[in-house]
Amino acid sequence: MKLLASPAVRVGISISIATGLYGVSFGALAVTSGLNFWQTMVLSLLLFSGGSQFAFIGVVAGGGSGIAAMSAATLLGMRNGIYGMQLNALLRPTGWRKYVGAQLTIDESTATSTGQTDPAEQRRGFWTAGIGVYVLWNLFTALGALAGSGLGDPKQWGLDGAAVAAFLALLWPRLKGREPIAIAVVCAVATVVAVPFVPAGVPIMVAALVAALAGWFSHGRRDEGLEPDIEPYGGHHPGHHHDGSGHRPGVQRTEEPGAGV
Amino acid sequence: MSLWIWLLVACALAYAWKIVGYFVPARFLEDPRISRIAGTMTIGLLASLTVVNAVVSGQGLAADARLGALAAAAIALVCRAPFLVVVIAGAATAALLRAVGWS
Repeated sequence: MKLLASPAVRVGISISIATGLYGVSFGALAVTSGLNFWQTMVLSLLLFSGGSQFAFIGVVAGGGSGIAAMSAATLLGMRNGIYGMQLNALLRPTGWRKYVGAQLTIDESTATSTGQTDPAEQRRGFWTAGIGVYVLWNLFTALGALAGSGLGDPKQWGLDGAAVAAFLALLWPRLKGREPIAIAVVCAVATVVAVPFVPAGVPIMVAALVAALAGWFSHGRRDEGLEPDIEPYGGHHPGHHHDGSGHRPGVQRTEEPGAGV
Repeated sequence: MSLWIWLLVACALAYAWKIVGYFVPARFLEDPRISRIAGTMTIGLLASLTVVNAVVSGQGLAADARLGALAAAAIALVCRAPFLVVVIAGAATAALLRAVGWS
């Protein structure tokens, strides 16, 4: 197959498999958080953004209201808007491709695309990773949801511990440098301090506000925390420490200020 | 029922963010503040969600098996384990700690 000769397609496929697989943990956690099978599937089919999906079920699992879950998921989705701007400038999609491409605009497809320099490769990378992750993520979400509903007491299996681990794993690759770590610590403390005073789910909003203020007043790199949580092209960055396994590595990113990639 | 409504609202807004990116004029990207806030908010929310799931119990704080899961996940991440391995390490640790009696 000629397509497989394209590096962007090969990277896109391996990212799809690595990311799709952990859809199983989302599916299982979602149903043990109190969502039913179809609510779980609608999140993967329509919301389709890992961090936001985990946020939604994380708030529900903690006893937060639907509106708090929605708010957390929505605030986490803001970065996809930035990715959309970058990809629009990069790929210049037209017609229906814009609308379909938008739904596939996530960490993984953005990283696979922006890691390439040739425009045709950028396009192939985006669509391969976007479609591949979409299909596998939904398949494995369904699998996880079916398995999860047969588990009985989720605590006995440590599934609440799995949620903790999942959030830390989503956060980890974004903690590059002192400022992101400082923001993470301050927001964690703000959350703990707020817990006794406000209803469940609201402490997360307090942290979001603190983080937004930090972003407003900081003078750090413009794309801090916007490193997609994968690094499809391997960790060739000096000083980069989070390139595990196929799925959290460093995107080569153009650094000219205001370049819009 | 109301969970369904907020769930669908979340889906609609998630798509709204994505599609807006494709239609705003490119000069919005020039404002570093916008992308910086998107970045810091991602970090802050994920840090907050980690803490909430690790130590919050209702309106209070609790030190239970979930702290063990947090530590195990951190160790797995330092060892550069893939996402799924990190999650399994967290679950296994919490389950083990409960099995030996630390709720």
